[in-house]
Amino acid sequence: MPLASEDKSIDCPIDCPIDCDVHPTVPGMMALLPYLDPHWQEQVTDRGILSLDSIAYPPNLDFTVRRDLRAKGLDLAGMQDAVFGRWGAGQAILNCIYGVQMVHNADMGVAFTRALNDWIKAQWLDRDPRLAASIVLPMQDTPACLEELDRLGSNRQFVQALVLANGEEPYGKRQYWPIWEKLEKLNLPLGIHAGSSYHNPVTTLGWTNYYIEDYAAQTFGFQAQLANLVTEGVFVKYPQLKVVLIESGVTWLPGFIWRLAKFWRGVRREVPWVDRPPGDIIRDNVRMTIQPLDAPDEANALQKAIDQIQSEDFLLYASDYPHLRFEGDDVMPPNIPDSLHRKIMIDNPRATYKRLADMQTDLVGVR
Amino acid sequence: MGKHVVAAAADLPQGSRKRIEAEGRVIAVFNVRGEYFAINDRCPHEGGSLCTGRLSALTVSKVPGSYEWTREDEFIRCPWHGWEFDLRTGRSVCDPKTMRVRLYDVHVEHGEELVAEKTLVAETFPVRVEDDYVVIEI
Repeated sequence: MPLASEDKSIDCPIDCPIDCDVHPTVPGMMALLPYLDPHWQEQVTDRGILSLDSIAYPPNLDFTVRRDLRAKGLDLAGMQDAVFGRWGAGQAILNCIYGVQMVHNADMGVAFTRALNDWIKAQWLDRDPRLAASIVLPMQDTPACLEELDRLGSNRQFVQALVLANGEEPYGKRQYWPIWEKLEKLNLPLGIHAGSSYHNPVTTLGWTNYYIEDYAAQTFGFQAQLANLVTEGVFVKYPQLKVVLIESGVTWLPGFIWRLAKFWRGVRREVPWVDRPPGDIIRDNVRMTIQPLDAPDEANALQKAIDQIQSEDFLLYASDYPHLRFEGDDVMPPNIPDSLHRKIMIDNPRATYKRLADMQTDLVGVR
Repeated sequence: MGKHVVAAAADLPQGSRKRIEAEGRVIAVFNVRGEYFAINDRCPHEGGSLCTGRLSALTVSKVPGSYEWTREDEFIRCPWHGWEFDLRTGRSVCDPKTMRVRLYDVHVEHGEELVAEKTLVAETFPVRVEDDYVVIEI
């Protein structure tokens, strides 16, 4: 499959693919020290906190970081070489996954998250105008989330807010509504990325032992969040709010929508504000990134799932740099129909992330 | 096509219902607070008998967490999968555009009129001129 940027009809940068899931690698807590105030600097050094690693994304596993990408370096230059160079994106959204959500001490969690956002801005966003990022939300503390959005939300380099699929409580619960209200006002989608604060077991059965279970079980978290956001009425209350499921897998969705819709027909009386089928709400308010797809490789294998979702606006291109999702440089999986490449790589991301369009205008101005 | 006597009005009091067969159809007739409704008995989803379902209100909500109890007993809930149908329109609540049950005209007529009309299809019980009857038209 040729890169979309090699297609003569696509003209960079205004018509280049938008990579909606790129992971900057935090070298360790030392990298965040300059962005912490003295109290938290002392806490980090006194406690000897070297890094915030969990069972998720074991840092030295080839699955977490592709060997060839690791060899190039996981810094800004290495990322630029892969995402913008070899893979032809014109813009990219940074979703920084670092264990700040795991911290139980809410004050510490908030301080670390603020430092992480400042590090992303200073070390990545300010050094390449093609980059946008998600504001990582300190979900340990709702008022602190609002403060972080007040602090960074007007900065157009940030195009999304980021939480993990498995957090403290389901995200439809009302204690989080002030955050969703603010996101809707700021026109920022809520990105829900695979991962866990590990304040609850990743499965409802309890704690599991192995990374393979932990990763496979992420889809349960996504499903529960999606059902909860719909049934609690978040999209009724905040109809303009967009939610992007990132690294969620894709092919589980049609079956889940079917199940949700079927039971809604029979027991919808308990949630009377859900006044249309859940699938309609999900189609209007939710998007997914394409890595991983969880589908066989044969050509057009995904078409059936797309038909069942009943939307061509639903999927967003993502390389998931530097995770191992594909070999070489064929960024679009062979099972995605060719006819959808442009929508997935350009039109859908642009429609989802309105702020990217402003950035594109600026980029064209620079050119 | 024709009129069919469902029951003597006195035998279908408020809050009661009756399932009848007429012209090969099975029809459910309800008396809700003195108002009569007649619908096809067969749920268009999987065929449950709507006559054996539960009458219910429609709870409507403008915002999550608010519950407004409206139109008490004007909806019939299929006993099989809980789909609700509006007795006034026949439309389902979950899929009103495409999923609905047929409605029939139903009203009360005096026995005298019925006897005079002589349009009645044979019924299984005698019509007395001095009584009122619930009649459906197919």
